Amino acid sequence: MSAISAKQDEIIEEFALLDGDFEMTINYLMELGEQMPVMSEALKTEENIVKGCQSKVWLHAKANGNAIDFDGDSNTAITKGLVSLLLRVYSGQRAEAITKEDIYFPDKIGMNRFIGTQRSNGFAAMIKQIKLYAVAVSMQQAANK
Amino acid sequence: MSVLTPNKIDVDAIRDQFPVLHQEVNGKPLIYFDNAATSQKPKVVIDALSAYYEQINSNIHRGVHTLAEKATTAYEETRKRAAEFINAGEVAEVIFTKGTTEGINLLASSYGRKFIGEGDEILISHMEHHSNIVPWQMLCEEVGATLKVIPVTPSGEIDFEAFQSLLSDKTRLVAVVYVSNTLGTINPVKEIIKAAHEKEAVVFLDCAQAAPHMDLNVQSLDCDFMAFSAHKAYGPTGTGILYGKRALLEKMPPYQGGGEMIKDVSFGGTTYNEIPYKFEAGTPNIGEVVAFKAALDFIDEIGKEQIAAHENHLLAYATERLKEVEGFTPVGTAANKVSVISFNIEGVHPFDLGMMLDAKGIAVRTGHHCTQPLMDHFQIEGTARASFAVYNTIEEIDQFVDALKGIVKVFKK
Repeated sequence: MSAISAKQDEIIEEFALLDGDFEMTINYLMELGEQMPVMSEALKTEENIVKGCQSKVWLHAKANGNAIDFDGDSNTAITKGLVSLLLRVYSGQRAEAITKEDIYFPDKIGMNRFIGTQRSNGFAAMIKQIKLYAVAVSMQQAANK
Repeated sequence: MSVLTPNKIDVDAIRDQFPVLHQEVNGKPLIYFDNAATSQKPKVVIDALSAYYEQINSNIHRGVHTLAEKATTAYEETRKRAAEFINAGEVAEVIFTKGTTEGINLLASSYGRKFIGEGDEILISHMEHHSNIVPWQMLCEEVGATLKVIPVTPSGEIDFEAFQSLLSDKTRLVAVVYVSNTLGTINPVKEIIKAAHEKEAVVFLDCAQAAPHMDLNVQSLDCDFMAFSAHKAYGPTGTGILYGKRALLEKMPPYQGGGEMIKDVSFGGTTYNEIPYKFEAGTPNIGEVVAFKAALDFIDEIGKEQIAAHENHLLAYATERLKEVEGFTPVGTAANKVSVISFNIEGVHPFDLGMMLDAKGIAVRTGHHCTQPLMDHFQIEGTARASFAVYNTIEEIDQFVDALKGIVKVFKK
């Protein structure tokens, strides 16, 4: 199993304890958001904003050898929790793996509403942005070889 | 036993007519407070829609067979009923559209392109829905006209003095909302129309929010155009009306070309049908239009005054009780409002609020409500909005207030 899948399965297992209770799920997401490392204000630039219709997400990427490290934050508590999960899955992974492997955990933890066409919180846009960074880093690595 | 509210509406009996209300959402009984986005549909409307498809489905106006005749009659019955509902001078002044947005686009495209030109001015207010901003912006860009914006006061009302000073001989059209979707403010449209007419400007009223709450009388208001959607007034989605005075509609070119809107077609040239058909190209949403009549009947059977009395009772009660919620900040505090409460809670983002309420089975809307300029005016990102309809109850408001208090506690931890 790939590292990205393993992280996602770990999240699914963790949320399974909440038994699909929506209220408990969002409360837990908010707790996870609170526990996330604080993103430096200097990284919260206009450039790093991923805009959703209703909430803002900041995302900063830094190449680390073959891998990419991500920092993130959001101005809403629930989205911040989702951001923390996304970073748990993708941060520190190899660029090539990030481009290839898709996110499937939101559907399994009852958060699929943020993936489809109702892009109210910038989560879907954030996934896209992470992939774009990964593609850019992969291309750069290929060019440097 | 059903409980009568002070204005004698039997809310339980009304709720019984709305199947969708009787369900659980996230394990809690649904409390639907998103009526300003779309209202739920009574059984009579749902039945009318399925009866249309089960019994008389046929294309209208062109067939000679019996079903075509029945479908045409039913479709035109709604037009008559809609004309009655808004007290139009005549039935032909009612054009069926997809909804309010299409009505405004029709107007901007047809009336606007023909009668508004370079150097002319269009007045809208700062509280307009994007639907009553963007079509006019597009028109102004195309023809070289100027869009002027009537400011809004801190309480969320149109600044009437500013409006009067913005009105000029260059003003060709004033497009304002009767009732604000975000704030619930009821605008003094009769006075606006009178002042605009003195400058020979025509007036369009966006009645999307007014339709389910207010008595609409286009003749006594003397508005030149107005539009509303069926779906916010207990009717189906995908249909609505644009009203226009005959003299104006007749001078307007067609909006879209196609079937139905023509009299004769040849490659040498085409002549157009009479109003309202001139503006109804293509096969319309026949079933939805037919069921729309049932919605208008539903409203009038209860009575607009009774509905307004009940909703105002809910509004007053909620406005008072919400003060108990720590950090509650209302947005829009006009004296004259319909049953819409927009608010923020200090330290809680509206998005989180909406999600946490949803977890408790309570549906509200959050965000900018398609009124970004208004949000900029109040210097906020968005609000949470609770909007009440005839089937909402005092008990639901109590649960809503309790839920908000619980959410505040979570955030204060």
